[in-house]
Amino acid sequence: MIEINNISKSFDGTQILDDISGKFERGITNLIIGASGTGKSVLLKCIVGLITPEEGEVLYDGRSFLKADKEEKAQMRREIGMLFQGGALFDSKNIEENVMFPLDLLTDMKKDEKLDRVNNVLSRVGLENINKKMPAEISGGQKKRVGIARAIVNDINYLFCDEPNSGLDPRTSLLIDELIQEITHELNVTTIMVTHDMNSVMGVGEYIMYLARGKKVWEGNSDNILTSGQEDLEDFIFASKFMKKLRKTL
Amino acid sequence: MKSIGAYFIFLGSMFVRRESFSSYFKLTINECISIGWNSILIVAITSTFMGAVTTVQTAYNLVSPLIQNYVVAQVTREMVVLELAPTITAIVIAGKVGSSIASGLGTMRITEQIDALEVMGVNASSYLVLPKIIAAMIMYPLLVVIAGFLALYGGYIAGTMTGILTETEYVYGIRIDFNPFTIQFALIKSVVFAFLIASISAYQGFFTTGGALEVGKSSTSAVTKSCIAVLLADYILAELLLN
Repeated sequence: MIEINNISKSFDGTQILDDISGKFERGITNLIIGASGTGKSVLLKCIVGLITPEEGEVLYDGRSFLKADKEEKAQMRREIGMLFQGGALFDSKNIEENVMFPLDLLTDMKKDEKLDRVNNVLSRVGLENINKKMPAEISGGQKKRVGIARAIVNDINYLFCDEPNSGLDPRTSLLIDELIQEITHELNVTTIMVTHDMNSVMGVGEYIMYLARGKKVWEGNSDNILTSGQEDLEDFIFASKFMKKLRKTL
Repeated sequence: MKSIGAYFIFLGSMFVRRESFSSYFKLTINECISIGWNSILIVAITSTFMGAVTTVQTAYNLVSPLIQNYVVAQVTREMVVLELAPTITAIVIAGKVGSSIASGLGTMRITEQIDALEVMGVNASSYLVLPKIIAAMIMYPLLVVIAGFLALYGGYIAGTMTGILTETEYVYGIRIDFNPFTIQFALIKSVVFAFLIASISAYQGFFTTGGALEVGKSSTSAVTKSCIAVLLADYILAELLLN
């Protein structure tokens, strides 16, 4: 479980996150949602330690990330896997080398063992026979899958996904969302996913935190989000004509 | 001043939380190929012509019958070894390697590849930048040696083929009153220049923010700042080591 307490962050005097707290349980897909510019990605970066918040704390199963010393932080980072918006695959390495990279750096495994592991995770995300291809030679959806494979290749406890379906068609988005949810259940990891895609929200939102203007405005799940009664959230959900029509039927 | 401070903090950050020696070794070898081997052609072309032009222009200026022909070769040697081989090659390398380092790291930054390394617990500045600086400091002195040799050879070809001086006069001029310290001076300069070009370019690229346009700006800025730093260091080293 990841717990965040009173996280605040500002850039150049502009408050981006304002006193945000919440709990993200293990084994379910936790979503942070909100309109563009509400601080979702900043909050995720605060949680993974890429940005240091001005106030508040982040607890990984009770262990404070911000107060941890370098060794403890390094250990906690070994338990983290992250999927970035564009996949963030290393351009100079092929797919196999990309996925093997965390194993090369963080484990003492033999080459054969690492290769087995890489093939296993690639097969788990539905990719086979692309080991020697370069990132530039594969599609956007495949890049996301390779990103997921790289994130889970090391025994992780925490999986973070920053807008995993941005730039993908609706069908591929759905497949990526389902894959993340399956992996979350299968590996029993704490997954936090940042998104503003309503298909993702309705499809895999087992816990949802809604942010608006840097504040946590609502929390719940996909079963009660459509009937939250929260004005800000309803404006966000029912922004399109299609969703407005749907609202009338509810 | 803020940028200079950030630059030194950046340099310091490379020496904390380093990875294993073996991972740096492989990366450094790769960078040696990228920085050194892949620059040989451009260095060979520029230095050969540099030596040839120096010989021809020196001969053009030394028209007095009181000055013997071998002096042209002597002047060419001093100019090439003391200044042209280390400094002009540094400017060329700043353009080729510096821009490549800055744009490579800038692209990694904007595509979140550097963030991916940090999330994995890797010290990205150390992992990505240190091998580049070490490789530059190893390979650039070798490039300067090649540049010096080819510049003198270019001077020889230009001098003898145009009849400015004979082969014997050129070789005599190259050898007479030779001070071996000039070679040491050139090599000391080359190590300092390599460090400046690699580290300044890496700094510019590593802290790129924005998109593709900013990567281009970082690359341009890396070349400009590296060239200024090289010229400034050139003067300081000349004052310190030659006076």
